Amino acid sequence: MWTWLHKLGSPKIFYNLANRLIPWFGWGALLLMLYGLYGGLVQAPADYQQGDSFRIMYIHVPAAWMSLFIYMVIAFCSAVYLIWKITLADIIARASAPIGASFTFLALVTGSLWGKPMWGTYWIWDARLTSELLLLFIYLGYMGLGSAIEDRRVAARACALLAIVCVVIIPIIHYSVTWWNTLHQGSSVSVMNQSSIDKSMLVPLLVMAFAFKFYYVAVVLVRARTDLLFQERKTNWVRKVLVNG
Amino acid sequence: MGEFFHMGGYAFYVWLSYGVAAVVLIANVFIPLVRDRQVKRELAMKMVRDNELNQESIS
Amino acid sequence: MHPVRKRRLILVSLLIVGVSIAVGLMLMALGENLNVFYTPTQVHAGEVPSGHTFRVGGIVEEGSVVHDPDSLAVTFIVTDTANTTTIKYDGILPDLFREGQGILAEGKLDENGIFIATRVLAKHDEKYMPPEVDDALKAAQDIGAYKRNQ
Repeated sequence: MWTWLHKLGSPKIFYNLANRLIPWFGWGALLLMLYGLYGGLVQAPADYQQGDSFRIMYIHVPAAWMSLFIYMVIAFCSAVYLIWKITLADIIARASAPIGASFTFLALVTGSLWGKPMWGTYWIWDARLTSELLLLFIYLGYMGLGSAIEDRRVAARACALLAIVCVVIIPIIHYSVTWWNTLHQGSSVSVMNQSSIDKSMLVPLLVMAFAFKFYYVAVVLVRARTDLLFQERKTNWVRKVLVNG
Repeated sequence: MGEFFHMGGYAFYVWLSYGVAAVVLIANVFIPLVRDRQVKRELAMKMVRDNELNQESIS
Repeated sequence: MHPVRKRRLILVSLLIVGVSIAVGLMLMALGENLNVFYTPTQVHAGEVPSGHTFRVGGIVEEGSVVHDPDSLAVTFIVTDTANTTTIKYDGILPDLFREGQGILAEGKLDENGIFIATRVLAKHDEKYMPPEVDDALKAAQDIGAYKRNQ
């Protein structure tokens, strides 16, 4: 298995693999999104309490899940980079950050637009909202730090350290609604226990979650591919790619 | 059909949310693709220039 | 494992653990300040800041909502099942406001222990279901209560 992983770290092999995977994940994401949106906007019944406003959930919740998931990927890649010094880990982490920041922003904006009609306010400084906003700042800080440092290797190490130090925000965000009194309600979807959301409403939510994951894979591979090409620009295989494509 | 757009009175909030989502998702697809083309073009041009310089120093 | 890599692994792990402990301690010290509202029990126990605006959260007690006929003014009671707080509010209530619903009220306590609210927000729980399911659940609860009272 280690040889296979090691091969994956090889830039040329990764580049070719990325090229093959991107169309599958890209078109897969689009199809899943169309199916999920149809389920969420048309098929799912209105909520007994929130009416049609709950349909914002089909963007808000998957976006929030992605904001956390992508950060975990960045933290994992950062640890791998710091320990094994695999450049590809740094490339994937840095490619993921703008996507994670975008999902965090989306979660905050859609949450705000959902909060105004339901709660009566666009914003409140409770533990859930505040910690998610903090996550956005962490993403932006991570991206800023990477751009500010000229030496690629120093930048990689600084960003990796930042990502790992700030990973503690993830459990804080997740458990914020349990540990503190918040306006934001507790979790509706659980892996281990019964979910408190009707099946007809849950299925499109899970489809959208998958759609966003496929989307992330496609986009991060596009970004990583470009970065990789630039980093390996002096090698022969890159020259061949540039000549042929 | 009108009811669909009306969203039970919450049309503004629902459609603005989906609108922002569309912008964010589309931007995150286009920007990397544009950059990919840009980088390939710049690297290819640089490669051509390097070849010309090499030719010059040989001849 | 390669000794240099093993050392790095230990350092990274220590870093994560160290930061977690530091942040955990900070959060515990901040404690109550991170709560966005006080419960009626805390109001009752006098644990709330005096003279300052703060928030009370609880469930609107059934039958406690009284609307003033000539204005938007309304009086209601919130409970956390152990204690209650009476709230007076003059303004538009959120869509979700009703008896049995969770709410947050922002304002101050007056001399009589009544909470004068400047803003009322509605809380909703994490349940999502279509109206038919809700009706069915309520009907089942009614039957259950009827049976218990027999």
